Amino acid sequence: MNAGTEFAIDVRGLNKHFGPKHVVRDFSLQVRAGEIYGFLGPNGSGKTTSIRMICGLLTPDPGSGSGTCLGYDVLRETAAIKREVGYMTQRFSLWEDLTIRENLNFVARMYGMKHRREAVDGALERLGLQSRANQLSGALSGGWKQRLSLAACLLHQPRLLLLDEPTAGVDPKARRDFWEEIHALAADGLSVLVSTHYMDEAERCHRLAYIAYGKLLATGTAAEVVSSQKLHTYAITGPNLAPLSTALRALPGVGQVTPFGNTLHVTGQDDSLLRAALAACTSDAAYRVEPIESTLEDVFISLMAGATDNFVEQ
Amino acid sequence: MNGFSLSRWFGIIGKEFIQLKRDRLTFGMIIGVPVMQLLLFGFAINADPKNLPAAVLSADNSPYARTFIRAMENSGYFRGVVQVAREDEAEELIAHGAVQFVVNIPENFSRLLVRGEQPQILVEADATDPSATNNAIGALQVLAATALARDLAGTLGAAPPSPAPIDLRVHRRYNPEGISAYNIVPGLLGTILTMTMILMTGLAVTRERERGTFENLLATPALPIEVLTGKIVPYIMIGLIQVGLIFLASQFVFNVPMKGNPAVLFFVVLIFIAANLTLGITFSSIARNQLQAMQMTFFFFLPSILLSGFMFPYRGMPEWAQWLASILPLTHFLVLVRGIMLKGNELPELWPQIWPILAFMLVVILLGLRFYKRTLD
Repeated sequence: MNAGTEFAIDVRGLNKHFGPKHVVRDFSLQVRAGEIYGFLGPNGSGKTTSIRMICGLLTPDPGSGSGTCLGYDVLRETAAIKREVGYMTQRFSLWEDLTIRENLNFVARMYGMKHRREAVDGALERLGLQSRANQLSGALSGGWKQRLSLAACLLHQPRLLLLDEPTAGVDPKARRDFWEEIHALAADGLSVLVSTHYMDEAERCHRLAYIAYGKLLATGTAAEVVSSQKLHTYAITGPNLAPLSTALRALPGVGQVTPFGNTLHVTGQDDSLLRAALAACTSDAAYRVEPIESTLEDVFISLMAGATDNFVEQ
Repeated sequence: MNGFSLSRWFGIIGKEFIQLKRDRLTFGMIIGVPVMQLLLFGFAINADPKNLPAAVLSADNSPYARTFIRAMENSGYFRGVVQVAREDEAEELIAHGAVQFVVNIPENFSRLLVRGEQPQILVEADATDPSATNNAIGALQVLAATALARDLAGTLGAAPPSPAPIDLRVHRRYNPEGISAYNIVPGLLGTILTMTMILMTGLAVTRERERGTFENLLATPALPIEVLTGKIVPYIMIGLIQVGLIFLASQFVFNVPMKGNPAVLFFVVLIFIAANLTLGITFSSIARNQLQAMQMTFFFFLPSILLSGFMFPYRGMPEWAQWLASILPLTHFLVLVRGIMLKGNELPELWPQIWPILAFMLVVILLGLRFYKRTLD
């Protein structure tokens, strides 16, 4: 079995320091070809830095780990990687003072594409932007900017897409369309690594990785990640939930207490301790307590709480 | 009710100071620019240049001639008056700009003087910058009337030398009519190029970084050298258009002579553009945003314009200011352009002003490379 062809991304033990800050610590990631891989973690956890190392924008610290991206060495063959990877930055990074067509045309030139005109026309047609092709891209709304960015990084027909929080600030309808497109692309064999903060998006990925403060904390399918954390969650309904949640937080065995409208979700790792705490606080018959499935969000918040912030932000 | 709130007002003042403190470069400029202006205007700039270098080509080694030379030195306008023996030597000195004046004392000077026949003294002045020489010429005219009064009193007795004892002829070389435009218009070539080249390249690169589009560019297979040179070429073309416009205006509007070789002028302009571009790129890799790039340009542009000899005579400045000015490419470029256009200088005569620009460029490139690496990683 050839690892280079089976994995779109296969990196092990990558590190990155910015000055004294250890931003990414022993980062390892395997993304299979044709897979949509979700990349999650709190703000400032090193997601963007990791993505930049994978696509050759940043050089990992020397002598620490190695890896391949599309079979190319991430340390030495960055030029080849750049040619076959589409990278969509977190912020809109096309030229706002160029028109939509000029932007696409420029990107096509940067990749040295042969049939530039056809490719740009095709991309405009897929976007449904032919009629607005001569509009300045700076005048587009957030959702359209995002679609244009995606079209720009698909133009050179990459084998791997790296999307850094692609749907931040985009409305739900546009997000749903976006994900439909991502799934269609993956069905055609494109591999996708996407970072996000949205749980519904995380659940749409084939597999997930959770990174916090430069360390990879959990990987697997959504279900695997949830079950691996062995969390127990109960839903409470009843009167005066606010004082109840304060009381519960003080008790041992209670991890998180999260209000969801008229219910309270209580999560903990030790089921017997958690049950004892619940019994102590909800003896009143007005309360109804029932066990429910832990969600991805419960798991991530629990992971985030457990991760030590090993460097001070700014 | 929403009246003027003093505490709100102080809040805004406080926030402004905090932000000012964070932006070190702007803060540095606020302090640095007035200090620089104070030093330059207060100490360096002098509209009445003294201590100008002069040469004497004397065919008459009489005490009278020596008295006259000493009187020149004592006037304060002339410094280190050198004696030269041959005419071509004197010609070379003034063409290079090594001296600003050549004083020719004729063979039979003392004989004619004693006879009261008004011997001629020919003063050749480098008038490429009329404002630098006018006062010194005025002083010479006074000297011609008075310098020898005491020496002559003995020989001629009480007879008053009714006309001046010496017939002083001033020959304003390269710019006989003393037209300021001859000096200013070629100088504008340099100042405008300095401004455009440094500012535009500085802004072009920082704009990409400020808007986040630089990252996109770096994610494509484009090589840094392609990005950098590709971004610069349009500004080189704009610079050349500016050069062309100013040159045409100098010829047809201001009638500035063009004695030299246009190809040499073009070559020198290219070197000057290259030096300014490297500085612009270096600024852009140090500056974090467009405002900072603009401030850095201004900080460089101010001494360039004031010390280079564009606005005020170079030789009028104290030595430390001349030394400082000789670092700036514009100082040398002005000498080059005036040398080519007004004196018809060729490359061998220009070389002493060309290599300092090349040296400046080399140092800036080395500095820039250190910073450029850092911005990529």
